[in-house]
Amino acid sequence: MSQANPQTAETRPVTDLVAEFRHFLPAESVLHEAEDLRPFECDGLTAYRQLPLLVVLPETVEQVCEVLRVCSRRQLPVVARGAGTGLSGGALPLANGVVLSLARFNQILEIDPLSRTARVQPGVRNLAISQAVACHQLYYAPDPSSQIACSIGGNVAENSGGLHCLKYGLTVHNILEVQVVTMDGELLTIGGHSLDSPGYDLLAILTGSEGLLAVIVEITVKLLAVPECAKLMLAAFATSQAAGAAVGRIISAGIIPAGLELMDNFAIRATDEFCQAGYPLEAAAILLCEIDGTEPEVDDQIAMVEELLKSCGASEIRIARSELERQRFWAGRKAAFPAAGRLSPDYYCMDGTIPRRELSNVLKRMEAMSKDYKLPIMNVFHAGDGNLHPLILYDANHDGELERVEELGAKILDMCVEVGGTITGEHGVGVEKIDRMCTQFAKPELEQFHALKAAFDEAGLLNPGKAVPSLARCAEIGGMHVHAGQLPFPDIERF
Amino acid sequence: MSVDRDIQELLQQRVAQAMETRTPLAICAGNSKNFLGRESDGEIFSVADHRGILSYEPTELVLTARSGTPLDEIEATLAEQHQLLAFEPPHYGPGATLGGTVAAGLSGPRRAFAGACRDFVLGTGIINGKAEILHFGGQVMKNVAGYDVSRLMTGAMGTLGVLLDISLKVLPVAPEQCSLSFSENRATAITRMNQWCGRPLPLSALAWHDQTLYARLSGTAGGLQSACKKLGGEPLADGESFWAGLREQRHAFFATSDPLWRLSVPSATPPLALPGEVLIEWGGALRWLKTDADASSVRAVTASAGGHALLYRNGDPSGEIYHPLGDGLLRLQQRIKAAFDPLGIFNPGRMYALI
Repeated sequence: MSQANPQTAETRPVTDLVAEFRHFLPAESVLHEAEDLRPFECDGLTAYRQLPLLVVLPETVEQVCEVLRVCSRRQLPVVARGAGTGLSGGALPLANGVVLSLARFNQILEIDPLSRTARVQPGVRNLAISQAVACHQLYYAPDPSSQIACSIGGNVAENSGGLHCLKYGLTVHNILEVQVVTMDGELLTIGGHSLDSPGYDLLAILTGSEGLLAVIVEITVKLLAVPECAKLMLAAFATSQAAGAAVGRIISAGIIPAGLELMDNFAIRATDEFCQAGYPLEAAAILLCEIDGTEPEVDDQIAMVEELLKSCGASEIRIARSELERQRFWAGRKAAFPAAGRLSPDYYCMDGTIPRRELSNVLKRMEAMSKDYKLPIMNVFHAGDGNLHPLILYDANHDGELERVEELGAKILDMCVEVGGTITGEHGVGVEKIDRMCTQFAKPELEQFHALKAAFDEAGLLNPGKAVPSLARCAEIGGMHVHAGQLPFPDIERF
Repeated sequence: MSVDRDIQELLQQRVAQAMETRTPLAICAGNSKNFLGRESDGEIFSVADHRGILSYEPTELVLTARSGTPLDEIEATLAEQHQLLAFEPPHYGPGATLGGTVAAGLSGPRRAFAGACRDFVLGTGIINGKAEILHFGGQVMKNVAGYDVSRLMTGAMGTLGVLLDISLKVLPVAPEQCSLSFSENRATAITRMNQWCGRPLPLSALAWHDQTLYARLSGTAGGLQSACKKLGGEPLADGESFWAGLREQRHAFFATSDPLWRLSVPSATPPLALPGEVLIEWGGALRWLKTDADASSVRAVTASAGGHALLYRNGDPSGEIYHPLGDGLLRLQQRIKAAFDPLGIFNPGRMYALI
């Protein structure tokens, strides 16, 4: 197993390196002064900060190849970076490494409405793709909550999901081809514009590889027809268990909602106070269920879901009567994170996934843990696909509270693994959950991951120390820390 | 009648022996897909006795089964709960198993609309070439911990490891289904299929053969009624057996001793300039070609359209079957093979002579 060792990295003066990069990059594309490096010191996981050796901002694929060749020759680690909105520290710089920003790769290269594909550069924002193809009544389905700011390259690196995963899948289901540059500067086309490609499914391996295997320089995404209509229902329940059971009933009735979200009472009250979504405040839990498709199809399914919810004991059912009301129902759910930030100086967001059948068990155990640790937990939950986002509220100014939060967070993730789930559904491992990887995987699996990494990057120079822990290392690391209600990108929705 | 059995330790021991003696293994189970790929002259290594559904809860939309479990058994179990494998895997014979289905990574008519086999694989247990039992992915829909090795195993033709068990996402059967036919020439049919795919219609299959375009719709009664009105065409009597015939290649088109090519191309690609008879699936993205044209021109024409050509049936199993890889990709795939199977004991040469 090979990993970059800071001790052996070449220690020629930075000025020498800057000069070498400036041979093929414009001067303003090579940053090395501390003040210029500062904006790159962290991603959305702001608890971790580190200035890199330098930052390069290439504009052409050939420049990316050359940057990687230089870094390979000098044995310098490289961290590729998109919009920097990731929540697990995947783009955290290394002190002895280069940050390779793809920010200038921001062009939509080609839209093919008949084939329903778009060829885009990695720095293009997720939402910009859907906006650019809206005139053809098409859209790009994966919609991570940060879609207004996050880049498609970062989405591929993290295999991003969103509110509509259950029906429309993750990034891996919605891309056809990527062009990547390997650490030794070779440009490869992975996948193709057909629905499959010869040999091993490298597209699947690269998606979600957190920048450890290759640098993505171009992506071809699949586009879908915009659904004719979407309707949203809200149902209130007297217990979380009943709400959880209703999720199972909807799915076993053969309905795959476009979105299926659950909020507990704490989250209902907190978000209603925050944005007056009009939720039933006395409910123990509410379900938000969105159905999309053609109008008659949606009407058929809404009627079925309504019957099911009644039979599951829903105390109240509302169907949004207008687009405005639909947006208002969603507003509360989407305000969960800022609402948590208003209630508490700090909060910590988890991202475990569990089999849905374990929902009430996990909620009960979390409640007990919350009492044990005397730390309140607010629960919002992508119920359709079992992805939990418990928010632990705390105050980092209280001595030792942060450590207790991290301990509680680790216990929650370990519980997710124990009941058959996973430590991360969509935020990625990065540096944040690298120690929890040791809970999820045993030594032989981790060794296999390292061998796979070495097949792409023998010297271990791409994003070392992230995503897959070395066998020796399971350091104690935290989570998505939000201090004083300040999200890293306060304007981006987080849900 | 076979019974559920767990023989993974036995399989692991045999892999360990093969490592010691450097004996290549030819992994098999039901032998329904023997025709596919190149020949691999290893010692027969059957996982057929490693069978049984390990867990299935319809509300979770996840089924986990051992690799030797017959596909028939899995589909029957799902059907009892009105669920299905949405990628509609071809069986190609009564012996088809889950392991073979995932190793071959084949998908049926619904592929362009619901996704491919790899899209539904959530987790796998495997034996790697160091005789270690490893588990990747899991039984949940969303999981981004670690590299997605389970999908890498899908379609790898057993060259990276022995599949022990597989977890799949399953989906509900649509309440209603109907099929339509339209008289249409090939070029117009390709355009029309692509245009339909860009509209919000409950399509679940599109094919063309012999001047006829075929469409299948799956959804609620109301949804189908309105979609049929929009599309027009003639109702196709016995649509189900038509699509099953395509999936299983029992359709008359496939009765041939000529080389049968599977051309995977961008869906809107106009008719390719190749001699022979064509049947189109997947809304234009999959073209079956019966031809006596030489392999190099089939590959060149397909590649120039941005696709790739697999010699599916009736080729020389010692020759080139899968579309050749460029140098860079071939080297990378060789290194990946070595990362999983350093001694090269699993199905050597089954996909490519050098893998």
